[in-house]
Amino acid sequence: MTNLEKYNQAFIENFEVTEDQLPGLKYQDVEAWDSVGHMGLIASLEEAFDIMMDTDDIIDFGSYEIGKQILAKDAYGVVVE
Amino acid sequence: MTFEDFLNIPPFSLPRQEKEKALTERLLDLTKLHQANCPAYANMLEAVGFNSDEAESYRDLPFLPVRLFKEMTLKSVPDDEVVKTMTSSGTTGQAVSKIYLDRTTSANQQKTMVKIVSEFTGSGRMPMIIIDCPGVVKDRAMFSARGAGILGFSIFGAKKIYALDDDMKLDVGALKEFLEVHKDRKILLFGFTFMVWQHFYKELVRLKDEGITFDLSNGILIHGGGWKKLISEAVSRDEFHRRMQEVCGLADIHDYYGMVEQTGCIYMECECGRLHASNFSDVIIRRPLDFSEADVGETGVIQVVSTIPESYPGHSLLTEDEGSIIGIDDCPCGRKGKTFKINGRLKNAEIRGCSDTYAAKF
Repeated sequence: MTNLEKYNQAFIENFEVTEDQLPGLKYQDVEAWDSVGHMGLIASLEEAFDIMMDTDDIIDFGSYEIGKQILAKDAYGVVVE
Repeated sequence: MTFEDFLNIPPFSLPRQEKEKALTERLLDLTKLHQANCPAYANMLEAVGFNSDEAESYRDLPFLPVRLFKEMTLKSVPDDEVVKTMTSSGTTGQAVSKIYLDRTTSANQQKTMVKIVSEFTGSGRMPMIIIDCPGVVKDRAMFSARGAGILGFSIFGAKKIYALDDDMKLDVGALKEFLEVHKDRKILLFGFTFMVWQHFYKELVRLKDEGITFDLSNGILIHGGGWKKLISEAVSRDEFHRRMQEVCGLADIHDYYGMVEQTGCIYMECECGRLHASNFSDVIIRRPLDFSEADVGETGVIQVVSTIPESYPGHSLLTEDEGSIIGIDDCPCGRKGKTFKINGRLKNAEIRGCSDTYAAKF
């Protein structure tokens, strides 16, 4: 799987959304992306990419797009494209 | 100061006068915000003749009794901006508070809580043992205070397990395996005081008699929610610490004080055993007869103020708890701000707190 596939998969599995809903998707746009769902998403991403995210990054992870920017940071080095 | 300004400085950094000024500015802004957006709150201010232009300090702000959130719907945002409703813990049959959160307030609660707790745990995330059952966070539409507490702290957990099953029985096998996998790591344990005592500590003691032991000497335990039941079993704070260390080596233990009406602004117990107010909030002790401010060391009713609430008028509240200030900016641990202790609930007040309401069943 490519990084993009893994990244999308985490959203799709945690929030029961389809791939075409992902662009522009923000925290609390869908019912499943609430604070519980958020920690589930983070756990999936950490597992998929074998990383451990900082608390600040978990809080800032507010949308599908922002998440890509966060993962691209040097600390994680995960380029999703 | 704006809320962002508070987030950008270390959480226990403001000396008395600077904190007074920063809180006064922010809390007066919040008062005006709620006055303009929550008609019921505006009516209350009018009824007590409060004029924000005359207030010199946040100490002059009116305070709402916490139980008002049980009796009234108090919010300052339209219904479609409410993303989460949190409820207080209550014993069966008790009315519960309802607190309405919009995106901003909800996010600021989490950010604040992370800032405060990181001062005690370090900013890194740790393997985490939640001393509760997974069922507590199942109902996502209505968040109980217990679920919210667990979830708020979950951000510090890198890998997590619930130590108890839905019958509140310790899952010995899972716990053993988890500790084995993470044996050289610092472990975070979180739970409500009574659950930690009843379902974790007592079980560890029983297991120890059977020859099954656990080493948690590299653990840090954060617990809260009330001591009422433990006090009735004559277990003091020192006794709790001593016995925990004895049974599993756990020595780094922090109580906290907080309430669902002001989630985010928690008051952590430091290494010296004192509860600390951060830059984000404050406690004021009120004399029960005339609500004047009590002196350091004098017992009274606890008022809490918080810089967070924008979606509901809960920035200045009178609790039903009794306590006293220990000192201001003088704790040996080096953190600035007021330190205080809780004596317990006011007489005839309802039982509340995630630990105490649960313990009422025993």
